[in-house]
Amino acid sequence: MNPQRSSARIRQVAGAAVVVAALMTTAACGGGGDKGKDGDKSGGKGAGFNAATGDKIANPSTKAGGTLKMISKQDLDSADPQRQYYGMAWDFSRFYSRQLVTYAAKPGNASSELVPDLAKANGKISNGGKTYTYELKDGIAWEDGTPITSKDIKYGISRIWAKEAITGGPTYLKQALDPKGEYQGPYKDKTSDGPKGIETPNDKTIVFNLATPNVDFEQMLAMPAGSPVKKEKDTGAKYQLKPFSSGPYKFESYAPKKSISLVRNDKWKKETDTVRAALPDKITVTINSNMEALDKLLIKGDYDVDMNGTGLTQSGRIEALKKHKDNVDNIQTSFTRYVDMTPVAPLNNVACRKAVVYATDFKSLQEVRGGEEAGGPLATTMLPTTIKGYDDYDPYGVKARGGKPDVAKAKEQLKACNQPDGFSTKISARSNNPGEKETAEALQQSLKAVGIKAEVEVIDGAESQSITGSPKVVKERKIGLIMTGWGPDFPTGQGFSQPLIDGRFIAPTGNYNGSETNDPAINKMFDDALKATDPDKAAEFYKQINHKTADIAAQMPFLYEKNFSWRSSRLTNVYSSTAYNGRYDYASLGVVK
Amino acid sequence: MTAPLHDTSPDADKAAPADVAADVAKKSVEGRSLRQIAWTRLKRDKLALAGGIVVVFLVLVALFAPLIVSLLGHPPDEFHQDKIDPLFGVAKGLDDSMFAGVSSDFLLGVEPGNGRDVFSRIVYGARISLLVAFLAAVVAVVLGTVLGIVAGYFGGWIDSVISRVMDMLLAFPQLLFIISLVSVLPGDLLGMTGSSVRIFILVMVIGFFGWPYIGRIVRGQTLSLREKEYVEAARSLGAGRAYILFKELLPNLVAPITVYTTLMIPTNILTEAALSFLNAGVKPPTASWGQMLSKAINTYESDPLFMIAPGLAIFITVLAFNLFGDGVRDALDPKGTR
Repeated sequence: MNPQRSSARIRQVAGAAVVVAALMTTAACGGGGDKGKDGDKSGGKGAGFNAATGDKIANPSTKAGGTLKMISKQDLDSADPQRQYYGMAWDFSRFYSRQLVTYAAKPGNASSELVPDLAKANGKISNGGKTYTYELKDGIAWEDGTPITSKDIKYGISRIWAKEAITGGPTYLKQALDPKGEYQGPYKDKTSDGPKGIETPNDKTIVFNLATPNVDFEQMLAMPAGSPVKKEKDTGAKYQLKPFSSGPYKFESYAPKKSISLVRNDKWKKETDTVRAALPDKITVTINSNMEALDKLLIKGDYDVDMNGTGLTQSGRIEALKKHKDNVDNIQTSFTRYVDMTPVAPLNNVACRKAVVYATDFKSLQEVRGGEEAGGPLATTMLPTTIKGYDDYDPYGVKARGGKPDVAKAKEQLKACNQPDGFSTKISARSNNPGEKETAEALQQSLKAVGIKAEVEVIDGAESQSITGSPKVVKERKIGLIMTGWGPDFPTGQGFSQPLIDGRFIAPTGNYNGSETNDPAINKMFDDALKATDPDKAAEFYKQINHKTADIAAQMPFLYEKNFSWRSSRLTNVYSSTAYNGRYDYASLGVVK
Repeated sequence: MTAPLHDTSPDADKAAPADVAADVAKKSVEGRSLRQIAWTRLKRDKLALAGGIVVVFLVLVALFAPLIVSLLGHPPDEFHQDKIDPLFGVAKGLDDSMFAGVSSDFLLGVEPGNGRDVFSRIVYGARISLLVAFLAAVVAVVLGTVLGIVAGYFGGWIDSVISRVMDMLLAFPQLLFIISLVSVLPGDLLGMTGSSVRIFILVMVIGFFGWPYIGRIVRGQTLSLREKEYVEAARSLGAGRAYILFKELLPNLVAPITVYTTLMIPTNILTEAALSFLNAGVKPPTASWGQMLSKAINTYESDPLFMIAPGLAIFITVLAFNLFGDGVRDALDPKGTR
């Protein structure tokens, strides 16, 4: 025995333990060290809890000046209006791009109304719903002072066809105007002057001729994809680095994935624009991919609002609600959390699908996601409450049971499905989607009670398009239940439901009709809805589609998502816009200083 | 024990004069086998012994997890959402005390969101950690020993090929490889489903990337051993290759192999935890320490205990194995001073 050596080792280990403990303590202090002194920079109190939700406007103001400081966990998918698909990018692009029609600058559901923007009035519809005619306003100008013409709008829209350079944006307008894809886009086709469906008889008039009537055509024009682009300023794929402004702000600088800075466009005239308040002198966006750190900076008062607009993280939510409740809004989004039931046996049998619905503990799923407030109210059908056609249809009595499962009925359905002892299946959940795995585990747990053995398969969120988005892979991997969520591209039944449940939208990859429902009755109702002459008549069809979808239990919606958004004390004119999925209407925001 | 040749009387020690007794004692020290020397050394090393006791304790915990949990906890998958404040997603009352969720019913509190018993999940998590670490070590040892002995004994092109393969594997980014492998491989494999598939993959891959470490040591030892006289003797007596490899060489490699196996297990535990942390480990709801840590990131400020519990479990396990492994190495080291 060598006592010196042994005790020396004991001392070494003890020393190492002290170092580790010291490191851990330091890290813990770094996490919570700024307690008690936050919120000082914001200069005052917030406007109150939920002051900017529903139809309310927090700190209404018309006072101009100051810098609006935004922060975001991710950059815009693109700054090029024809290439944007992220909801937050559509909201942000209101600062620098205008369309013929756009969403009203009103709080809550009133924001879904389409109002004229570059056009003098909403479209004149003729030819049985196939022709839309617009007259442009006077005095509308580009950032170099030249007038915005109908040809600029046509050119901007024609870029959607140029898929070799203009990637990423929605293609609704292309589908409506040229479903066969005859036009090749402005870069390949130098001879014609754009797609046949668009005519510009003069600089102030633009006429759209649709292949088939579509009641939501104006919704498509209101997307940033319907923005004008000046041909001489178009740099193709590089246009996104410095888009030419038609709105109240222009790009001062843009460092992708780092920062954006917008300054006033002095050629924009307030009297031509009834929508954009244009209050701040300057708008900055800082990208910070660390979501927890981002929340801390917001709470500290360094920034005014999260541009990404998907709500505070769990830790940010706890701190904000405990110490700064007046700066928090509990916002109802247009997002539905749901489970797709795929045709993987035995879920191809409607009774088995119903068994899943009856066996699911909706309350448990809701609580895992944060309960009524942080998660959202229980959903009984797919359509969000903010979309026309929604009603409180509840064929499985979920709400009547308070979200609790009905084991007896579930077992009854299992018998009807010839699986009296239950069956085995898989639930997919995306790894990068906060809470999705935990929700899948809760579903797994409730299904276990009736003998349905569900295995949770965590998939890489970035690859979901080629896994759950591919019916072939879904079949191979035997994924019966897909945990997912969906928000509308535009606030109508077509914009929300059609990609999810119309059988003609089933695609080999990037498929969103996860249940692979191809029901002729549903498909026909979509056709009828599109041909409807006004949105209210179309809504009647969407309601029927919504009921029918629930009856066949193709999907199992469980939550209308809510989130907690931070609104700095400096912010004025803040309200939640249904048209932008519950985000604040960025174009209306102002700041105190 | 090799008995001293002239020590015929059981009372020799007591009866003999002092100088004879000293002589006998010296002889009996010389006569002890390697195993005995090692055991004596190990017994004297307090840290190694403590490590060893913790290791045995952990193995028992893992083996008797269902019994322990039925006595002191709840089933590891059972939800207790009544314990959770849904708005904040953590145990009720964590404002006032970081031990809010802890009670005689829930020894280490409840998991955020679903209220599962953290104690039960830690206990069950030990099973996964140890199972994967042990089995992966077995795979690595078997592959490493066989290939190392073959490379060292035969030399030539066989040695070159095996050595280059080892170099390649040591340079391979194994974490990235496993993560992509897990997302590519189907959920069902060779008739297995669920977590057993993942455990199988983890064991195979961690073991496969671990064998070169053992392989190199064994090859080096074999290189020096094969020139020894007793090997020469066996060869000249006409012993077959297999006999020389496994009867003459292998018994002399047991010491280094034992040392590196005990030191490999803690590394494997950390690899398994890292992979589970990155969602490439066992599937939910199977409990694993790495997954608990990964989930705890969301709530570490409001519920630090949920991060500390699995963190400490990994820390203690790895430390215990390392101390024990260190002790075994010191004890088996032929050049050891003790």
